[in-house]
Amino acid sequence: MVMITYVEPNGGRQEIDVPEGWSLMQGAMSNGVDGMEAECGGSCACATCHCYIDEAALALIPPAADNEAAMLENVVAERRPTSRLACQVKATAALEGILVELPAAQS
Amino acid sequence: MSAPIVIVGAGQSGLQVAESLRSEGWEGGILLLGEEAVPPYHRPPLSKAYLAGKAEEAQLFIRSPEALAKKRIDFRPGSRVAALDIARQTLTLADGSQLDYEGLALATGARNRALPLPGAELDGVFGLRTLDDTRRIADALAATEAVVVIGGGFIGLEFAAVAAAQGKRVTVLEAAERLMARAVPPALSDFYLALHRAHGVRVELGVSVAAVLGEQGRAHGVRCADGREFEAGLVVAGIGVLPNDELAAAAGIACDRGILVDACSRTSAPNVVASGDCTVTRLEDGSLRRLESVQAAVEQGKSAAAALLGRERPFSARPWFWSDQYEVKLQMAGLAAGADRSVLRGSQEAHAFSLFHYRGEQLLAVDSLNQPQVHMLSRRMLDAGRSPTPAQAADSGFELNTVLATPAPATSS
Repeated sequence: MVMITYVEPNGGRQEIDVPEGWSLMQGAMSNGVDGMEAECGGSCACATCHCYIDEAALALIPPAADNEAAMLENVVAERRPTSRLACQVKATAALEGILVELPAAQS
Repeated sequence: MSAPIVIVGAGQSGLQVAESLRSEGWEGGILLLGEEAVPPYHRPPLSKAYLAGKAEEAQLFIRSPEALAKKRIDFRPGSRVAALDIARQTLTLADGSQLDYEGLALATGARNRALPLPGAELDGVFGLRTLDDTRRIADALAATEAVVVIGGGFIGLEFAAVAAAQGKRVTVLEAAERLMARAVPPALSDFYLALHRAHGVRVELGVSVAAVLGEQGRAHGVRCADGREFEAGLVVAGIGVLPNDELAAAAGIACDRGILVDACSRTSAPNVVASGDCTVTRLEDGSLRRLESVQAAVEQGKSAAAALLGRERPFSARPWFWSDQYEVKLQMAGLAAGADRSVLRGSQEAHAFSLFHYRGEQLLAVDSLNQPQVHMLSRRMLDAGRSPTPAQAADSGFELNTVLATPAPATSS
């Protein structure tokens, strides 16, 4: 299990144990974290699992593939250098304790 | 204590109704009745990542039972509703027990159209819709080398792609003269025909299947009306779905191949809403629209919750869909029906292109292959009522986002 702290749009925090290998989207959805929609269920087809990753943690995660990068260009909320699609980021032991912030709008 | 809001059907749409009721401020009880034994799950990955072994079962569930309980959503799996009395506002469950409701949401989904063929009942013949279907198909797939897919629509072709990627001998039999004829234009049908053939899939168009062949209760092949036979240890049929509207129809709620709803998900009965695959929407011009998509399940679910709370939240966004086959991601925005011309942007040879469909100068829909950025921009353009000219759309050097950056036109149709 990897402990991830999700920051909901209203500022609420949820500390969640996400199984290794699951995506950050699945960890949030399964536990009902607010601010995550994930309409397509993790197919990188809808851009409704937009999140901001802890800046320090970004280096621990493989960079976005072309498909994800293209989807990120049109997310509804502000695109930041720390923007990722949570369905494309897998929980690994290296991510223990990171903050994942969710934007106010996904669609 | 007053009666709860009851939601019949615990798929994507039923779950959305439940959660939207909470987020919109409903403090009363919420009862979510599901026929299947499992919590609500993502259906799209069934024919894609899950069947391909890229996701484990637990990853399919949208919410854990604990997360539902935390939102005070009383989820009851294995619950089948037998009857509905809209005058008395009660439901009768299959076990004979009765429930009163304050408001009712029908999210009963759809079921696979059954194969109307001799041999359809044999072991080894499946439809692909539920988690349970998929578990059994995965087992059968592991035990055979030859697969026949009846129906060249999205589901059938996604399954064919997964089976071909596992090295199976795959035959797709389609009754129409082209693939996915109901959903995509001819140019895309041709593209996907070539794509599947390039992956070694045998695709036969314009064929009528006469029977599933079998011995000792097990399927071993398929016979066509023209006499040809194809060997198969596994037969998967994807020949469309039927909306589950019988419960509503029997209760006197207006149905027309689906539970009739308006854009706000309201049915003909007071305090009864419906959302998702079980519905058909009457549009403002009086025409009927049936969408079978996650987007419709979610958006209609949100509208349904709002309607139960006395608010109007019409589902007005342009429809969008997607399909994953091999390494090709198809994303469709809008509906191309009524288009009089289409222009190509990008390169078919490079498997990265989009088709922009117009009626006159008005953009109706955009189908994008491996061009997610064009897809996302297209959804925004369609929702905003903007379009590039056909010449601009065809010009890969033209920046589509400039269409969104210009001021809105003074009038819109």
